[in-house]
Amino acid sequence: MDRFVWSNGLLEINETLVIQQRGVRLYDGDDKAKLDVGVVLLSTHRLVWRDQKNHECCISIPLSQIIFFEEQAAGVGKSAKIVIHLHPAPTNKEPGPYQHSKFSYIKLSFKEHGQIEFYRRLTEEMTQKRWENTPASQPIPTATASQAGRTRAVGIVGIERKLEEKRKETDKNISEAFEDLNKLMVKAKEMVELSRSIASKIKEKQGDITEDETIRFKSYLLSMGIADPVTRETHGSGTHYHMQLAKQLSDMLQAPLEERGGMMALTEVYCLVNRARGMELLSPEDLVNACKMFESLKLPLRLRVFDSGVMVVQLQSHSEEEMIVSALDNVSDKGSLTAEEFAKLLGLSVLLSKERLLLAEKMGHLCRDDSVEGLRFYPNLF
Amino acid sequence: MHRRGVGAGAIAKKKFAEAKYKERGTVLAEDQIAQMSKQLETFRSHLEEFASKHKQEIRKSSQFRVQFQEMCATIGVDPLASGKGFWSEMLGVGDFYYELGVQIIEVCLALKHRNGGLITLDELHQRVLKGRGKFAQDVSQDDLVRAIKKLKAMGNGFGMIPVGGSYLVQSVPAELNMDHTVVLQLAERKGYVTVSEVKEGLKWERERAGHVLDHLLKEGLAWLDMQADGEPQYWLPALFSDLTSQDVSPEEANQMSP
Repeated sequence: MDRFVWSNGLLEINETLVIQQRGVRLYDGDDKAKLDVGVVLLSTHRLVWRDQKNHECCISIPLSQIIFFEEQAAGVGKSAKIVIHLHPAPTNKEPGPYQHSKFSYIKLSFKEHGQIEFYRRLTEEMTQKRWENTPASQPIPTATASQAGRTRAVGIVGIERKLEEKRKETDKNISEAFEDLNKLMVKAKEMVELSRSIASKIKEKQGDITEDETIRFKSYLLSMGIADPVTRETHGSGTHYHMQLAKQLSDMLQAPLEERGGMMALTEVYCLVNRARGMELLSPEDLVNACKMFESLKLPLRLRVFDSGVMVVQLQSHSEEEMIVSALDNVSDKGSLTAEEFAKLLGLSVLLSKERLLLAEKMGHLCRDDSVEGLRFYPNLF
Repeated sequence: MHRRGVGAGAIAKKKFAEAKYKERGTVLAEDQIAQMSKQLETFRSHLEEFASKHKQEIRKSSQFRVQFQEMCATIGVDPLASGKGFWSEMLGVGDFYYELGVQIIEVCLALKHRNGGLITLDELHQRVLKGRGKFAQDVSQDDLVRAIKKLKAMGNGFGMIPVGGSYLVQSVPAELNMDHTVVLQLAERKGYVTVSEVKEGLKWERERAGHVLDHLLKEGLAWLDMQADGEPQYWLPALFSDLTSQDVSPEEANQMSP
């Protein structure tokens, strides 16, 4: 593998692509090369290999380096291979992926097949030796004026080297990030254990905890993202943060709620609020915990959970009786209604109008006709 | 849990209790809370340091996000529980997932009239990516799954049904039990299923098969094709691929449904 040089993979003038094949892994002699799976390209002049995932990793070898080559049949669990025996590397060879190798041959392992055709074309090229007839000149770089070929080659190699350094740097960054993450998690775990110890002590009443201290403890748990089963029983899930949030929401949602018949699904509220905020968004749990505090804070909104599990925020002024009466009136008026029809009438979402109809049904004012054509509600005359 | 009582008697009692505990080497809860406050500050600055070095990594690498989430879960921490949490504030993980949640809800809402509130994870992924635009951060399916898990807190029946090696994402509170799920899995191959296929494939009686398929019809998750050759076919819009489906507006859908 020490015969390969770094390459940009660009074809040179007079060089033509003959065939390419994906899913090829390189071997340095009998050992897997320290490269991933890639694409191998055969041109009139060279054998080029490029990493499938990282296109900047690209190497090549002139066909003139090949002494001979042979097929190696596939075996159980082994892909078919082409073994290529090579001349020693010239002393002025450009840098490549390997400085030295104890092997004088490489292998191409065809993990996605294609070896038959590749072998055939390689044979053709090695027979015709087209590279001898049309010596390739260097590809012209995009910006610079023409220079001596040697200088240009150095320029390209310099770029290659920078890219390789950058790639190594990225890899290093990621592994450093993981290491730092590990250390961070160890510290976080200590916090979790401490909080568990505190929670069990509160439960067992070991020590005298004030209201204040409990609230502080809950806010610590919130900061760390630790679940809080013990104090939730006595104090609910809210903290000062949620109280503030509840007040903000109450201000913010008055108008939208009025526009939507006094009721909005919680998912709709979530989208509305977060779109308005733009950043420092609320988590779903933040929203739920804040809404749970409406009643205790005497705000004019309520969080309501229907039997189906649908959660809504509704204006307190829209009482249950009003909703039921309105549902009954509308249904009686039209004789019967489906959720879709009711939704159109009120300008509500189908989901919420269905909940109102179900509620009226639950209270005995409506009854249903459930068929494959849909769910239709009638006034209950029984 | 009781408040500190007032009065000399209560104070004396408290001191006695404290002494007893300290004698036994037990640390009191309130002392630990004070300790936690200090440790929290220390942790916060560690996290700040981590963020200054690696915040980009979280944004750029979905692999790193997976690793991060799994480690948090292992130690018992939920970095997405609150937007006010340290993790969210300093690493920005919160905003990433909460915004994704908004995008998921909006896609599901927009397509509900067509698929009844059931969509493949693949299609959801494609549409969310499209909505985010060319210059936005890439998101993986793992990211979507985590965002959806968080959305469950808001009721509304967000759930995931394993089907054909991936998932169907449910965004309406339709009641789907094991029977419905297994029929969905059966229909995954062709996008539709007949009563006979359900009977033979699952070895059910005709009545059970019919009952389950009718429920899917009622919930708007299946459409009935009575004009198919042979038996009527129950089609599941959620399983339509882009090639065979055509976008229908909510108005058109209302006109089409029985």
